Amino acid sequence: FGAEFRRFSLDRYKPGKFEDFYKLILHIHHIANLEVMIGYADVHGDLLPINNDDNFFKAVSSAHPLLRVFIQRQDEVDYSNFGTNTLSRKKKALVTLRNDNLRRRPHINISMPHDFRPVSSIIDVDILPETHRRVRLYRHGCEKPLGFYIRDGTSVRVTPHGLEKVPGIFISRMVPGGLAESTGLLAVNDEVLEVNGIEVAGKTLDQVTDMMIANSHNLIITVKPANQRNNIIRSSRMSGSSGQSTDSTASHHSLPTSHVLQNFHPDEMESDEEADIVIE
Amino acid sequence: MRRFLRPGHDPVRERLKRDLFQFNKTVEHGFPHQPSALGYSPFLRLMAIGTRSGAIKLYGAPGVEFMGLHEENNTVMQIHFIPDQCQLVTLLDDNSLHLWSLKQHGGASELREEHRFTLKGPPGSPPSATQATAVLPHSSREVLYLGTESGNIFVVELPSFRVLEDRTITSEAVLQRVPDDYCNRRSCELVEALREHPKNPDQILIGYSRGLIVLWDLQNNKATHHFLGSQQLENLYWQRDGSKFISCHYDGSYTQWPVSSDNRQPEPLENLVPYGPFPCKAISKIYWQTTKNGLPYIIFQGGMPRASYGDRHSISVVHGSQQTAFDFTSRVIDFFIIFSSEPTAEFDDPSAMVVLAEEELVVIDLKTAGWPAVHPPYLASLHCSAITCSHHVSNIPLKLWERIISAGSKQNIHYSNMPWPIDGGTNIAPDPPQRDLLLTGHEDGTVRFWDASGVCLHLLYKLSTVRVFLTDADPNDNMNTLGEDEWPPLRKVGTFDPYSDDPRLGIQKIYLCKYSGYLAVAGTAGQVLVMELNDEDAEHVVDHAEADLLQDQEGYRWKGHEKLKTRDGPVRFEAGFQPFVLVQCQPPAVVTSLALHSEWKLVAFGTSHGFGLFDHQQKRLVFVKCTLHPSDQLALEGPLSRVKSLKKSLRQSFRRIRRSRVSSRKRRGGGNASEVQEANAKFDQDALQEMELAPVQRKIEARSAEDSFTGFVRTLYFADTFLRDSSRHCPSLWAGTNGGTVYAFCLRVPPAERRMDEPVRAEQAKEIQLMHRAPVVGILVLDGRSTPLPEPLEVAHDLSKSPDMQGSHQLLVVSEEQFKVFTLPKVSSKLKLKLTALEGCRVRKVTVANFGSCKTDDYSENDLAVLTNLGDIQIISLPFLKLQIRYPCIRKEDVSGIASCVFTKYGQGFYLISPSEFERFSLSTKWLVEPRCIVDMPEVTSNNHVHNKSGMENTARKSRGSGRSSGDYGEDERKSGRLMEHALLNDEKVLKEIQSTLEGGRGSYAERNLARSPLGHGLSNGGAD
Repeated sequence: FGAEFRRFSLDRYKPGKFEDFYKLILHIHHIANLEVMIGYADVHGDLLPINNDDNFFKAVSSAHPLLRVFIQRQDEVDYSNFGTNTLSRKKKALVTLRNDNLRRRPHINISMPHDFRPVSSIIDVDILPETHRRVRLYRHGCEKPLGFYIRDGTSVRVTPHGLEKVPGIFISRMVPGGLAESTGLLAVNDEVLEVNGIEVAGKTLDQVTDMMIANSHNLIITVKPANQRNNIIRSSRMSGSSGQSTDSTASHHSLPTSHVLQNFHPDEMESDEEADIVIE
Repeated sequence: MRRFLRPGHDPVRERLKRDLFQFNKTVEHGFPHQPSALGYSPFLRLMAIGTRSGAIKLYGAPGVEFMGLHEENNTVMQIHFIPDQCQLVTLLDDNSLHLWSLKQHGGASELREEHRFTLKGPPGSPPSATQATAVLPHSSREVLYLGTESGNIFVVELPSFRVLEDRTITSEAVLQRVPDDYCNRRSCELVEALREHPKNPDQILIGYSRGLIVLWDLQNNKATHHFLGSQQLENLYWQRDGSKFISCHYDGSYTQWPVSSDNRQPEPLENLVPYGPFPCKAISKIYWQTTKNGLPYIIFQGGMPRASYGDRHSISVVHGSQQTAFDFTSRVIDFFIIFSSEPTAEFDDPSAMVVLAEEELVVIDLKTAGWPAVHPPYLASLHCSAITCSHHVSNIPLKLWERIISAGSKQNIHYSNMPWPIDGGTNIAPDPPQRDLLLTGHEDGTVRFWDASGVCLHLLYKLSTVRVFLTDADPNDNMNTLGEDEWPPLRKVGTFDPYSDDPRLGIQKIYLCKYSGYLAVAGTAGQVLVMELNDEDAEHVVDHAEADLLQDQEGYRWKGHEKLKTRDGPVRFEAGFQPFVLVQCQPPAVVTSLALHSEWKLVAFGTSHGFGLFDHQQKRLVFVKCTLHPSDQLALEGPLSRVKSLKKSLRQSFRRIRRSRVSSRKRRGGGNASEVQEANAKFDQDALQEMELAPVQRKIEARSAEDSFTGFVRTLYFADTFLRDSSRHCPSLWAGTNGGTVYAFCLRVPPAERRMDEPVRAEQAKEIQLMHRAPVVGILVLDGRSTPLPEPLEVAHDLSKSPDMQGSHQLLVVSEEQFKVFTLPKVSSKLKLKLTALEGCRVRKVTVANFGSCKTDDYSENDLAVLTNLGDIQIISLPFLKLQIRYPCIRKEDVSGIASCVFTKYGQGFYLISPSEFERFSLSTKWLVEPRCIVDMPEVTSNNHVHNKSGMENTARKSRGSGRSSGDYGEDERKSGRLMEHALLNDEKVLKEIQSTLEGGRGSYAERNLARSPLGHGLSNGGAD
């Protein structure tokens, strides 16, 4: 094993087909009979896969000026590395990525879901009221902006005393191209109800801001969407979500109130949190 | 299934917590913010100060203090003690009158509001008809005379506040016998002054604002004498024997009037404009004090020539040929003279003048030649230059304490030796448990050393760092150097001087080693001074060293302020702390962290660019480390200084505006410049609002390495611990930055015998990047017994056990968002407590505090005392990081209060509630410094009928719809609980009540959190809610 480095040039504007590129790579590295996975480092330092013409073109055109391509044996690919780590921070991890291998593989044109980088998911659908939506944002790579703003506002709640106006926190703006906007799961004027399982009721805008930022590595916000027409109909999950529901304890019966339990393991949250780096 | 585990309630621990922790706001130190009224009781020898926020504070002998708060939070306009009683009446600007009394309760006196009252006219009458302008508590103690804007004087019975309508003195009745030509010119005037005849309680002198003065006979209900003044009246004063009185006027004149039975409408004896002949400002108050030697003291406020000295705040004292116009640093609110109050004494023989100015209290000794000032034991103007930082040192060794006091006494030689003249009441609080120092750094480059052991925060010594530097301001250029023949004979008094000549001199960080007497002080322009205590004056050269914190960075230009220029050659320093080394950081950015190790003779300092270590024994820079992110242009250019200069220019423009407004027209009565003040306050507020008008919207964005000011060094810490391997410990230096990075350096300090021969070496051993990237605000190493490492020299002085070097050490890193314990030397994460992610609050201040049990002497433990940005105080256990208890302490809007908070080592703390006042609080059941004092009641018998009537009055007032039960103090105080700062902290009942609500409400919250913390994360506890 160990790393091996090759440098070669491609025409930036006519990169050609992925198929040819793949063959070229195998040829250059003399690994023609290996099944490998090709990835590249995007401008944000994220490791992204190259497995079709489109993302190949995107990779080449966004390279400036060098495109760092990583080749990995197909069966060794740690999919969690895609997108979840940044090259700039996890140099050690990358060293292990640069492996050369020897096997052919069947041609794949459509990547598996795990070849994509998850950016967001709807979770806890079964335990939340239909009017609410719990969204998990994966902030991969420190360069990608979460990209939204929150504001103070008033919300109408049903209480034993009838309808009452209570202060609430709302999404006020989406940054174009930001993570929040790109998910399509959050929208301006959605009311924020919880941040990582903690109710925001009674908290100030600044407190909620601090909570969101402190949880930004794995932000789970429960909102009441302003647009209630796209709500999930119970037991038929939206096909668009990447199915990353973490609800493992189905036996957990709970009432559809706003006091819903946070339904993921603390351990899991822990593992999602990136460890501190110690340099000796 | 960890998440189903719920740690049971440990009743033993809960009980122990009750024995350890308790939250009290105990006393306010310093000078009341925006004082508005002054009162004095010669009988009780107590002084009362009212403020614009409705607080009333009583002061007597040092340690004798009482505080009350008017529920309305309106400005206190006037304070009058009831003669020979433990009672006083306050008049607020909403025209309400309040009767307060000092009563003994549980062995100590307490100040309580007994009654309140608003004078109401008949329906349809204008509000001015009953707007009180003058208050006279009669010596009979039974009635209060209330002069009003309409000119009528109402008589109100005490303490019931029942209006005796048949005894009202109407202006019509007064004007009856006044000559027509005089009367026509002046009708409808307000009552400016009411003065009881000093010998005959049946006569009162009534002064109307247009100049008419009437001596009124209360028995026959008629005027006996008319004094037809031609000038607008300001105030009146009786001579002691009642044969004469003196009136002072708006045009800066005063007039003496004879009172005799043969002339019912006398001409003035003397009319004088002391600072004439050019137009003068009003004399608003005057005293005429007789003495044995025959020469009276004439003491008056104001009267300065309008054009040239109209902006001075002066009080003139004239005694024979001696005349001095004391020139105060801020507006004079009021003043009084302490004189012989014995009714049998033939002369006044004044001993002292007490002046309440807007920003300070000045007491002048009138007995001693030259009229020197008396050093007040309390009411210190903390803000005489703005406080920029504070540092608290507990348990000062006696030797150091005495040396500081002796250095300070040499600075105070110009003060009078007179014992403090306001000496009423008896302090019965136990002696302070230990000697504590509070050090405040100021904008003008001074450090003030305060005795913070007891209730009276007392200035011990003032250190100035200015002498080391060359500044624009020449120290000899003070305003006192007025020639002998100067007229008016102005003399500056007071210490309030908020305008710094050079903001770069500002002190930012202080570190005092109480064992060695080494002091390190760091300032705004990157200057770090190391000082040593010397009991003698000395002249020596201060060694210089530069620390270039940008070493390996290139091509940056610092756009902030320049470094301070230093004086060449030897400098003369007075006895006290004398600097011997100056380390200048380059770029000269504000020093953001400082640590001193007196045993290793090392000082570490950090700025927004990096940090450095200096060996002050060999006077050699050991190393510097740049912490700057290359892309952080903002930090490089020095925006901090830009912010500063903006602040400065704003301040200057405010000052200009204020000046121009103060010189505008005077308003009548006690309000004087209050309108101006109001306008100013409003202006300030508007300007502030304008600045804060950012859209109420917050961006949600993760922190990144490229954020600005990530390199800002927030904390520095020396520790002798296991940094490299677990077998050998070594000295180390730790630094934490704004970007969540911790650097650890291994130090090699030569042994004492070769200390001067071998250099101190340092080598970077570790760098920890916290992934949540929050600013690191505290670093601490716990020894093998999980006890924080002792301070340098603490063990050498036998004041601490040696740290345990057998068991493994742990590193605690406190960021604004999390507490994290790591093992040493491997630095693997052991446990943590998330604060921000769960509660949305951030750590602002953190200290290790030792809490002793109030039940047993032999138990104590170390915990973390934490102040959050929401103003809550949390106590977090060590080493397990469990939240013990939480108290709301400071309003979250009070950013400067939160920023100013300083904890002591024994669970007390201080924070600024105004620029001039520290609130002291205690988290400990054991260490509590609060006023406890007794004011002796005079004859109790006279109070009997008082009580009977008060019941009646209660029902009467209730029927009038005021609906306030005067008996239920607890209720009242709960209502005013929102103003904790001013709550009646003397009142044990209230305290207990607040305590119980805190414990009740907060306790359960704490328990919930306790239940939660072992799980570590935001897992809520099932259906518990």
